Amino acid sequence: MAGLRYTKEHEWIRVDGDIATVGISDYAQEQLGDVVYVELPEPGKAVSLGSEAAVIESVKAASDIYAPVSGEVTEVNPKLEDEPETVNGSPTGEGWFMKIRLSDPGELDGLMDEAAYDAFIETIE
Amino acid sequence: MTGDTRSLDELQYRDEFISRHIGPQPTDVADMLATLGFESLDELVRNTVPEAVRGELPEDFPAALPEREALEALARMAARNKPACSMIGLGYYDTFTPPVVQRSVLESPGWYTAYTPYQPEISQGRLEALLNFQTMVMELTAMDLANASLLDEATAAAEAMTMSQAIAKGERARYFVAASCHPQTIAVVRTRARPLGIEVEVGDPEHDFDPEACFGILLQYPASNGGLPDYAGLTERAHAAGALVTVASDLLSLVLLRPPGEFGADIVVGNSQRFGVPMGFGGPHAAFFAAREAYRRYLPGRIVGVSIDAAGRPALRLALQTREQHIRREKATSNICTAQVLLAVIAGMYAVWHGPEGLRTIALRVHRLTSILAAGLKEQGFALVSDGWFDTLSVEAGERAGAILTHAREFGINLRAAEDGRVGIALDETTTPHDIEQLWRAFAGLGTMELQVDGVDEALRDDPLAAIPAAQRRTSGYLKHPCFTSHHSETEMLRYLKSLESKDVALDRSMIPLGSCTMKLNATAEMIPISWPGFARMHPFAPLDQADGYRELIESLEQRLAQATGFAAVSLQPNAGSQGEYAGLLVIRRWHESQGQGHRSVCLIPSSAHGTNPASAVMAGLRVVVVECDEHGNIDVDDLRAKADAHRDDLAALMVTYPSTHGVFEESIIELCKIVHRAGGQVYMDGANMNALLGLALPGRFGPDVAHMNLHKTFAIPHGGGGPGVGPIGVGEHLAPHLPNHPLRAAAGPEDGIGPVSAAPWGSAGVLPISWAYIAMMGREGLTRASQVAILNANYMARRLSPHFSVLYTGIKGFVAHECIVDLRPLEKDTDVTTDDICKRLMDYGFHAPTMHWPVSGTIMIEPTESESRAEMDRFCDALIAIREEVRRIEAGKSDAADNPLKHAPHTVDEVSALEWSHAYSREEAAWPLAWLRDAKYWPPVKRVDNVYGDRHLVCSCAPLDDYRAAVE
Repeated sequence: MAGLRYTKEHEWIRVDGDIATVGISDYAQEQLGDVVYVELPEPGKAVSLGSEAAVIESVKAASDIYAPVSGEVTEVNPKLEDEPETVNGSPTGEGWFMKIRLSDPGELDGLMDEAAYDAFIETIE
Repeated sequence: MTGDTRSLDELQYRDEFISRHIGPQPTDVADMLATLGFESLDELVRNTVPEAVRGELPEDFPAALPEREALEALARMAARNKPACSMIGLGYYDTFTPPVVQRSVLESPGWYTAYTPYQPEISQGRLEALLNFQTMVMELTAMDLANASLLDEATAAAEAMTMSQAIAKGERARYFVAASCHPQTIAVVRTRARPLGIEVEVGDPEHDFDPEACFGILLQYPASNGGLPDYAGLTERAHAAGALVTVASDLLSLVLLRPPGEFGADIVVGNSQRFGVPMGFGGPHAAFFAAREAYRRYLPGRIVGVSIDAAGRPALRLALQTREQHIRREKATSNICTAQVLLAVIAGMYAVWHGPEGLRTIALRVHRLTSILAAGLKEQGFALVSDGWFDTLSVEAGERAGAILTHAREFGINLRAAEDGRVGIALDETTTPHDIEQLWRAFAGLGTMELQVDGVDEALRDDPLAAIPAAQRRTSGYLKHPCFTSHHSETEMLRYLKSLESKDVALDRSMIPLGSCTMKLNATAEMIPISWPGFARMHPFAPLDQADGYRELIESLEQRLAQATGFAAVSLQPNAGSQGEYAGLLVIRRWHESQGQGHRSVCLIPSSAHGTNPASAVMAGLRVVVVECDEHGNIDVDDLRAKADAHRDDLAALMVTYPSTHGVFEESIIELCKIVHRAGGQVYMDGANMNALLGLALPGRFGPDVAHMNLHKTFAIPHGGGGPGVGPIGVGEHLAPHLPNHPLRAAAGPEDGIGPVSAAPWGSAGVLPISWAYIAMMGREGLTRASQVAILNANYMARRLSPHFSVLYTGIKGFVAHECIVDLRPLEKDTDVTTDDICKRLMDYGFHAPTMHWPVSGTIMIEPTESESRAEMDRFCDALIAIREEVRRIEAGKSDAADNPLKHAPHTVDEVSALEWSHAYSREEAAWPLAWLRDAKYWPPVKRVDNVYGDRHLVCSCAPLDDYRAAVE
């Protein structure tokens, strides 16, 4: 998907002004299988690059979601509480996790673009 | 018959039990050895177990006893125990096990030989029984959620402490424990808090508790001394400051008392023992653990939940497994694995049998007798510590306390000697009016008493709950589900238990080839003694001079286990393998401290380790550093060397499983131990795979400093559907001074020990006769033979399966240890068939699947144990080979890729006998793929269970089935 940037931990990020929307990649949701639960941070929480920001669980695995950028959580996706399967159905759309107000836009430079991420997945498969 | 020239001595067949325990008969053994190219078992061992680790049982290890003689020896020990009328309390009470439950559950192989219900389709019976247990706990405590048991009340309280800290997520590191909690609970909480850096403050919650400074508080209700403090205000204060409230409680009292859930408790724990489970000198019993809905993802232990099957009908299975150590590893909140399923089933069935009315009658009677006793004592001029009570009194006896205890013992009654001249008296459902009159006499200095129980009873009848403050009486209902009101005649109960049992696959039906779980024979002769009153009715804190039989049993078993493992000393206190790991690591830490090396905090754990290892290490306050494994599943020695070297200054221990979790005798084990020792660390050996070692190698001699043994694997204690377990540890001489001990029982451990890890001094003493009998009846020769045949059986199965599947991870000579890993990844790659499909399909053939996806994803691990006969192993191999054929048909395009017997497995009788049959394969192929199934068909009661649905819609209690259906629609 155009305009998305990715981490090696399979989070994606979409930037609009100083707000970054964060979710997990299609590859990640497929590896996890059916998502049954997502634990999201409280809005207002400060997160730093690489810190644990959320937890996602399928029936067979539990994974931490790391903040791909530093900043303050401004909003979380309310839909995931009752319909965690949205992450499987629309990982980069309706299945977004949280919005973060960027504190250091320079951090975006360290992320991969679509092509680089695809190439990265090739190397781990 | 003529020509038999055996002597009388030879006819006195003393090894009889060995050949009963070991499945393959001598001619089979010879044939199987020939298949593998060996002439003898010794030759097999020489080619599988590395020379460097080999060691025999000592020459003076006893020879086998015939069954009858072993039973006689145990009967003599039981007779040396003198079960008195124990009114000591402290969370342990005498109880009447309903006879129908004793015979149909406790003494029934269909229940006690089952495995943990990880394969839900063939475990619906015990899952339902556990759901009953959870529902009972939830309703009596008035909490939203309960798990399917923990090991004991004290460890449950410790779990509540760590869970509270995880939920509070703050900076606070102090935990408040009311001094009115049971002393063994306080002691275990202290043991568990110390390595985690949690400061435990013990005091009077009304005066000493500062909720701003603590992340939580532990209260006991009723208090250990029987009092009924009103905790409502305290709970409010705690919540206002963000501290969590845990209440340790008693299920029977909650029939009459306002339940903790109604005054705001966040977590409620306790022991369900008095619901029909014998005291057994301390265990095993099922602890319960209940919490608020909001904390469900923090709950320790297994939870049974309701889901649906592939046909959309209600089906049960273990829920939210991602909380558990096998997935979370070092991030798990608890290392709990084996729990106390068999005992939870019994406690739940006690509630089913008595129902809400029956429980109320029992509770009212116990309470009435207590009030009668209190009235008489007051009349004698004794003051009671508390104005309110349910079933326990604390009497101010002053200087007369000693004499009173002595007099009571002369009447065969044990009381609790509390501090400050107080005497504790705890009543239970077995207490009689005569006991009350004896107690009055004991308190009167053996003088005569004018009082009559009947007379006092009449005076109390007008206000029977006078001793329970009005605000603390229960007003809400409980046990409303029909299962608690439908099985009150013995015929109904008998059939209910039978109907549940017959839904499940246990060892009484077919082999359970679970790798790493050692589902061997649990012989009847081993099981019989645990029901004898001499073992069953002993209170864990009864005076030791009443427990000579238990002391003999414990000393003898400790000695045999030490001999069998080559260690200097053994502690029987850990009541599960995970507890053994935890205790062993604490012992190592304490030893380092004694050497001035208390800063050592790194624990090396191979990536192939079982999930409990890292979880236990974290609980012991250690930092986990993962050691890589090579492509053969062996520990990468170079990586270990590098990491041991890098942590030379802070290395505490290596945890290693031997033979490895991949079922291989690693040649490098001795080298690994040396590397760790040179770097200042100690070696902890996980004894999960001890069944390949006994009599062939002595872990205490080839390097490890500590090892745990699972008595519920290697030493014949049954798995009980997921507990009980017993996980003793053996240690080298230098570590012996630091083994677990117990504050209420000096004889249970060394003075400089690590403190108690279990509530009871000797853990689950009540099931130790099983392992004692196993060792006695197998003897030196039998135990060695068992290991040899376990290895033979695994290699035989590997050989039979190898033309059809690829067998992974053999040792350098091409042989496996006592289990083998079958690789299904090639099939998964070539077709849509998954490991799950194959395992579910085995159910149609009447088998429990092997261990799945562990230690390698996409594989199954098969461990036949020595107890399976060649015929049974052949039957299992035939089934797996037939399934391979079914996959081949898919590969060849002869069978539909989506509509085939694997994808739709397992098949229920309902669908196979339905008028409509729409599959691309026949009913015959679905249900009777091999001829023997025509004679003995097991029908899975449900189709494949939908785990996703259940985890997204969590329901963990019995509810009317219509509710589930509505949820599905």
